[in-house]
Amino acid sequence: MAQKVRVFLCKPGLDGHDRGVLIVGQALRDAGMEVIYSGLKQTPENLVEAAIQEDVDVLGLSILSGAHMALIPRITDLLKERGAADMTVLAGGVIPPADAEVLIRDHGVARVFGPGTDTRDIVAYIKERLEA
Amino acid sequence: MTTEARQLYQKLLAGDRRAAARLISMVEDGAEGASEALQELHRHSGRAHIVGLTGSGGAGKSTLACRLAQEYRSAGKTVGIICVDPTSPFTGGALLGDRVRMQELSGDPEVFIRSMGSRGALGGLSVAINDVINILDAFGKDYILVETVGAGQVEIELVKYAHTCIVVTMPGAGDEIQAIKAGILEIGDIFVVNKADRDGAMHTLADLEMMVETKPGADQGAWKPPVIATVALEGDGVADLAVEIARHYEFLKDSGTLTRKTVERMKAEVLAILSLKVSDAAARALQPGGDASALVDRMIARDLDPHGAAEELAAKLKLGGLSGP
Repeated sequence: MAQKVRVFLCKPGLDGHDRGVLIVGQALRDAGMEVIYSGLKQTPENLVEAAIQEDVDVLGLSILSGAHMALIPRITDLLKERGAADMTVLAGGVIPPADAEVLIRDHGVARVFGPGTDTRDIVAYIKERLEA
Repeated sequence: MTTEARQLYQKLLAGDRRAAARLISMVEDGAEGASEALQELHRHSGRAHIVGLTGSGGAGKSTLACRLAQEYRSAGKTVGIICVDPTSPFTGGALLGDRVRMQELSGDPEVFIRSMGSRGALGGLSVAINDVINILDAFGKDYILVETVGAGQVEIELVKYAHTCIVVTMPGAGDEIQAIKAGILEIGDIFVVNKADRDGAMHTLADLEMMVETKPGADQGAWKPPVIATVALEGDGVADLAVEIARHYEFLKDSGTLTRKTVERMKAEVLAILSLKVSDAAARALQPGGDASALVDRMIARDLDPHGAAEELAAKLKLGGLSGP
């Protein structure tokens, strides 16, 4: 049996907007992945614990609150602490390119998908990365 | 045993949550080494109280499971929760959203929540759920809550694995009570009318009580399923439910039913695993180029009928066909 791709879509921090992340979730589901959704307003600690229990391959962090530079490094640090740095971390939402560069360079984020991203690109990216 | 499997079960027994999670994935993926680790874990399982929650979508099973888990946690008990959601038969994908209703539990390391897609065949799901229950049991959880959606074959399967089966419904479901009558009634050890603050709750409660009272074969000494009203969102009635669950477990022990259930469960587990292995092996043999592909050609030529082919195939499979990869 083939290994099923499991993705955890997360809403860290104080941000009440999940239309975008749910659309991404549908696209990933339709591409044959198992998508777990965290619900709104989660702490980094809770998200990392859940990611470990669910044994996901990918964490998708959706942040539109502007707090990405505080939340994302906290999450990737916790993943490292818990020995789960092998999980692929993707980010999306409103993240300026300069911040995205820092997150990718210094904080273990694989890729940032900004507004206007075609969901097919996200699907293709995940498939390619996990097959490699 | 593969090194990975050995390391995993050793870590798991030492309380490593990542190892438990990894092993569950291996079981779900049918990965090599998983069954070896399960063999080792078997002797460490058999201590948990397995509680099944079933009922149609929207009845509030996830919220109820969350509240029950909180109740157990406040009593110092540990909990495993398995949430099964349907996998799309067309894409193989699934959206697993039960965690959204269990946010109060997240962050508690003593509650292990796992979302499962129903994935392929029914038989496969039964095997996987059972293995995951056994993993969480060996992992030391006092209670294992298994939540499945809808009314159908999987729910009937669930009863084989759960010590206590809770059927959750809600007011105003109308037709649903009719559906419940048609099969779920037999498997419910406890009935819950959730959202009992809504209109029509008294009516639904009365309907269910009537069904329980008139259940055929409700002779003396048998378990009479209680009907409980809850408002899971507020936590109302959850303590009562926990009391009834405990009372049912005591009944199972005192009446000797627990032993009978364990025997049935073991048999069901073996049969589920075996039928999966046999049908996998048979499917492989029938494929073009497989050991028994000639049977298909003979059937097409009307030389052989499917029953005859099955007989021949069964004879063939005895020759080590079951021990495939």
